[in-house]
Amino acid sequence: MSEPLYPGAQFREKFRDSWRIWRHRWAVLGFVGITEERFHSWPLPGQRAFIAGVIGALLLVVLTPLSGFDVSALGAYLIFVGLYVPSWKRLGRFGKFVIPLAFLALVAGYPEYGFNNDGTGKLFTIPILGAFPNVHTAVVMLIFVMMAVGLNVVVGYAGLLDLGYVAFYAIGAYTAAVLASTQFAGQNAQGGPTRFFNLGGVGIDKTLGGIHISVWLLLIVAGLLTALLGMLIGLPTLRLRGDYLAIVTLGFGEILPQIARNGDNFFNTGLNLTNGPQGVTSMDGIGFGSWIHRNVSILPANYLSASNPDELYFWTAICLVLITIFCSLRLRDSKLGRAWIAIREDETAAAAMGVPLMRTKTLAYAIGAFFGGVAGAYFAEVNTGAQPDAFAFQFSVAVLVMVILGGVGNVWGVLVGAAFLAYLDQQGLADTGAWLNQHLNITIDVPKYEYGIFGVFLLVVMLFRPHGLIPEARHKLEFEEGVADEPLYDVTQ
Amino acid sequence: MVTNARKGELLAVRRWTGVNPVSLIGLAVVALLIVWLAVNLEKTPADFFQAFLIGITRGSLYALIALGYTLVYGILELINFAHGDLFMLGGMIAMTLIGSDLFGLHAGDSALHVWPAILAVLGITMIGCGLINVTVERIAYRPLRGAPRLVPLITAIAASFILQNIGIATKGSDYVTLNSGGGRSGAADFLPQGNVFTFGKNGYYAWADLIVLLITAPVLIGLVWLVQRTKQGKAMRATAQDREAAAMMGIDVNRTISFTFLIAGSLAGAAGLVYAMYFTSVRFDQGFQLGLFAFTAAVLGGIGNLPGAVLGGLTIGIVEAFNNTLSWHSPGGDWKQSIVFAILIMILVFRPEGLLGERTPEGG
Repeated sequence: MSEPLYPGAQFREKFRDSWRIWRHRWAVLGFVGITEERFHSWPLPGQRAFIAGVIGALLLVVLTPLSGFDVSALGAYLIFVGLYVPSWKRLGRFGKFVIPLAFLALVAGYPEYGFNNDGTGKLFTIPILGAFPNVHTAVVMLIFVMMAVGLNVVVGYAGLLDLGYVAFYAIGAYTAAVLASTQFAGQNAQGGPTRFFNLGGVGIDKTLGGIHISVWLLLIVAGLLTALLGMLIGLPTLRLRGDYLAIVTLGFGEILPQIARNGDNFFNTGLNLTNGPQGVTSMDGIGFGSWIHRNVSILPANYLSASNPDELYFWTAICLVLITIFCSLRLRDSKLGRAWIAIREDETAAAAMGVPLMRTKTLAYAIGAFFGGVAGAYFAEVNTGAQPDAFAFQFSVAVLVMVILGGVGNVWGVLVGAAFLAYLDQQGLADTGAWLNQHLNITIDVPKYEYGIFGVFLLVVMLFRPHGLIPEARHKLEFEEGVADEPLYDVTQ
Repeated sequence: MVTNARKGELLAVRRWTGVNPVSLIGLAVVALLIVWLAVNLEKTPADFFQAFLIGITRGSLYALIALGYTLVYGILELINFAHGDLFMLGGMIAMTLIGSDLFGLHAGDSALHVWPAILAVLGITMIGCGLINVTVERIAYRPLRGAPRLVPLITAIAASFILQNIGIATKGSDYVTLNSGGGRSGAADFLPQGNVFTFGKNGYYAWADLIVLLITAPVLIGLVWLVQRTKQGKAMRATAQDREAAAMMGIDVNRTISFTFLIAGSLAGAAGLVYAMYFTSVRFDQGFQLGLFAFTAAVLGGIGNLPGAVLGGLTIGIVEAFNNTLSWHSPGGDWKQSIVFAILIMILVFRPEGLLGERTPEGG
């Protein structure tokens, strides 16, 4: 085997060698009469049952002293065994759908089985990390999954580093917030509104005026507008390569929040587009309207006035994430997706094979921007408004860390990375900090160091496992064998 | 490489003969800028001159930071995002030293006390920041030599965040301040507070402004001497041109790169001290923003080019001051970042090689 091109790989080899328990696993198991040959002669479900048993024993040893092993933990373990041990994939024609559907059911039912009526959690406590995420945290996690999957199209598939993803998120959020609120109500002499326009908005007070477009429609409008702006930004800049492109995207990511912050009085013209530092507040609710609600009672008229808004937001977010993941996977396997991967691996060769560089890159940028815009619009809806302070450079990097930590290019890895980091951001870090402070007798405000911790994640992942926790096979190869990183000169198609 | 050279020739031909619509837009922007400056000069000459002087002061600070970016980019082709945060740490180190019992600078101290103390603080800050930078290089960049180019860029962002959090951990997340003397420039109280000269109705040039120049200019000259005249500087230039060939000539490439990071870091340290004395407050997240401004300056002057970084730094400083001060149709300080980043984007789109640089493959 030739020495890997990627120097971090050597670190990883060393690291693996020093992990002694794992190296001597067969010697340890030999004491109970299980040798490597015997283990591998068992049928596959038997092997998996043994592994599941070992995991169960470890969980029992670890969980019991830390947080107790209650009924919900046992239930979770049994579900894991039930999904992991039998060979579901070989079970007839529909066997391959069992695990994904079961997983989806587990996620979708989470607000139902995870919480009591008063909102307290029913599930066991994870050691160190603390309680399971509450429903609002889960909604934010799903939105971040959506954004990360969108950024993955740009960074993972097409290999363009985008450091200004927050710009697309901001455009999406403001588009939705401005077009579904009282922002453009105007003011007449009596102090009343001068403008009122309603297209499918729910729960509107006509006396307040303003533009109210259905938020469902706005999700798409925001996505399309963001994609268009992404193209406009991309066209002049995508000719640049690598780090220069990263810098330009960073520049846009810094300019757009400032436009949002100063947008209450554009150059003293009196045009109030974004309501300045206060941001746009009191955005309309999302919902299906009272007519649909009367006929199909399961669809709520207005999420904001429903009894369980968080759960409704949660299920809607699941639908959006499913659509995003579906589009992302189909795009990856399409002609366009193969063109992206070709560009990522070797731009010169791709151009020589007739891949139109500019068009392909611009489309990657536009599609990534589309998902960012939709996620931004939905986030604005969940927060009922858009504030300029939310759009910092840190935000772009956070989404980038999600993509990189999970595994660049691999949708499932990105999903796990985004969900985990968003959970840390919303809840996990605070809980972990509380646990550490309590058990180690220290007083450190852990959430204050959130981005430092993200920075350490980023550094460690890049040094030891640059293709992420759940890597895509092809990307891993690129890291180990190298890509044609020599920039192509002046290709403008 | 042959094809690259030939394409470069073709480009040059196209640039001089054909009319390129993209460059026309660029020229139009420059023409508008000149008209705007001329009208402002005609309407309020005193403000114009004042803004120019402020711009020189700020610009020399940007130049110091920009040189750090340019040195590192020249040798590694890496945008060292952590440089701005290193500058911030430099400011914090300098403030801590100034407030410490050892130096203890206060209002009304005699010049015989103040100046040796400032020089000592300058030396310690420069060495400290240089060593931090070398450590960052050792941990975050050196293991990744030969990796795809975007990988060290990502670890640079990670290093930037980690440095910011070191700032939070040691100094908290609020502003760290020195006592301001209350002079018009707002500089630290142990510096002379008066003006060197005044002009017009409100125009002034404070001693603090001159002190900024008095510290930055020798550092810049020392750096140019180091790179152009010493053996170590020759090794740096050789490594920047061709790392493999330099290694074959017996240059210890790793040591040269470490040395470059030491120099870049100490420049950031010097800038940190100057910033701390002139603006008297530093917060953990300010370095990143100012670092990006300085990076813009480096790109503007032609990244990898030392005189270019100084020119770019002065230009960005003056542009910022004009934008904040001039009255006729200037966007004002609220739009500072947008203006600077718009310049950055336009430079990268219209003239990626910068004002003084050579055309690099990254530009289209």
